[in-house]
Amino acid sequence: MTGRRAEVESGTAVIVEQLTRRFNGGPPVLDALDLAIAPGEFVALLGHSGSGKSTLLRTLAGLDPVTEGAVTRPRDVSVVFQEHRLLPWKRVWKNVVLGQEDKGIRQRAEAVLEEVGLSHRKSAWPLTLSGGEAQRAALARALVREPAFLMLDEPFAALDALTRLKMQQLVADLWKKHRCAVLLVTHDVDEALLLADRAVVLERGQIRVDVPIPLPRPRRHSDPEFERLRTLLLDALGVHTS
Amino acid sequence: MSDTIILTGTNKTGDTRRKNFTLEKLVFARRYASPILLVSLWQLACSSGLLSTRLLASPAQIAVTGWTLVRDGTLPYNLGVSLLRAASGLGIAISVGVVLALISGLSRLGEDIVDAPLQILRTLPALALVPLFILWFGIGEAPKILLVALGATFPIYLNLHKGIRTIDPKLLEMTSTLGFSRWQTIRDVFLPGALPDFLTGLRYAVGVSWLMLVVAEQVNAESGIGHMMMDAEDFLRTDIILVGLLVYGVLGLLSDQIVRFLESTLLAWRPDRRKGQTV
Ligand SMILES: Nc1ncnc2c1ncn2[C@@H]1O[C@H](COP(=O)(O)OP(=O)(O)O)[C@@H](O)[C@H]1O
Ligand SMILES: [Mg+2]
Repeated sequence: MTGRRAEVESGTAVIVEQLTRRFNGGPPVLDALDLAIAPGEFVALLGHSGSGKSTLLRTLAGLDPVTEGAVTRPRDVSVVFQEHRLLPWKRVWKNVVLGQEDKGIRQRAEAVLEEVGLSHRKSAWPLTLSGGEAQRAALARALVREPAFLMLDEPFAALDALTRLKMQQLVADLWKKHRCAVLLVTHDVDEALLLADRAVVLERGQIRVDVPIPLPRPRRHSDPEFERLRTLLLDALGVHTS
Repeated sequence: MSDTIILTGTNKTGDTRRKNFTLEKLVFARRYASPILLVSLWQLACSSGLLSTRLLASPAQIAVTGWTLVRDGTLPYNLGVSLLRAASGLGIAISVGVVLALISGLSRLGEDIVDAPLQILRTLPALALVPLFILWFGIGEAPKILLVALGATFPIYLNLHKGIRTIDPKLLEMTSTLGFSRWQTIRDVFLPGALPDFLTGLRYAVGVSWLMLVVAEQVNAESGIGHMMMDAEDFLRTDIILVGLLVYGVLGLLSDQIVRFLESTLLAWRPDRRKGQTV
């Protein structure tokens, strides 16, 4: 993976230009949206529920068509959804290397499961996993493909607070190692500040706020700059702290 | 009175396991006590003349007759014929049902073409087709096997079709982000995902097969368990009729067990493997 870093960072950026998306001729959910993500950059996408975050991500993932505007992105992308979406009838390690059919799959699955801390459950059936374990497996499935661009759609929203903290730490560690571009959809301002290089806020179909987060890693809530950025982002989301 | 509940457990080792074993035997005995009692009462009623053997043979008589029929080869022969018919019919039903369900489950066009006629046909009681089948196929093996096949195709088709159609679209979305081909999706998502419903369909199909066979063999046949029973009716041999019934019962039970076994091995991934209900 070490040799990959340079290759990825010099790779294709994600560029969204004038992207407009409507459902059934209704008002645009995305309205001439522009966004660029540099190779290896970690961007957090914030926004209210229904603001179109998932729509943007699904378009980037190729699940929704581009009807107006243009999208450029690397070929190798992975998506982690809020639900783990593991196939219940395949053991964990087979889920991780799903769709890959060469000889090295077993080894690769074991290596990546080790990375996400799930080695001990590699032969388990998915339906017997806890929420956190299942999400780790989903993360492993995304990483094993060595994506240049990783999309995470509120991946920890359904987890309990303690598990969520652990998973955020895991994502921070994995990103440090893999250095792929990341788009993390979240409605949790703290999560954005803990993980991302940049936070953008989606509102009325466009990126209205674009804030760099120049904090040193590992990040701490107690950092005064952290506090300042949090107030700024919460304000941008229309949540006013006194 | 206390509102505290204390739940305790012990590891089963050594002595306790042995104790539990005898306990299990007791439970086993209790389960079978009442059927045994009923059979005893039945025997008593026959022996004392309370129940005419022209209406109902006694259990002892049934056992003797059963043994005789086994010894002179009547039962094994007829059983073999019936089994072959049921298996052939069921085999055809599975093939046809699976193919049709795949066609209509995996493509919209296929659904438009296949589903509507099958839904209409399904409402016909298959047994009402007996006269037509005899007219078309004569009195050989064909009408019997086809009648079984016809009846058993529907449960296979309907359940498998439903299974394919109710696959979680989120899983399909996931495999599409992984760049799955159509064939990979069918192999890794549709088929395993619809397997539980297929097995439910199979269970019904097996039940229907026996039903269709009973009727087909009693209406017109020179062999088979149903024929053996109809023959016995002419001679008022209730013992032979009851032996036939018993055989049907055992066949039904056995085939149900086989499907259950399939379910528990093929669906090992389900943590709460549904303990199958009887058909
Ligand atoms: N398939 C769809 N059909 C119609 N409307 C949709 C569809 N998907 C999303 N929408 C609408 O688009 C808007 C944005 O949805 P979404 O991207 O899921 O929001 P978010 O992920 O930010 O909560 C919502 O108003 C939603 O109702
Ligand atoms: Mg969403």
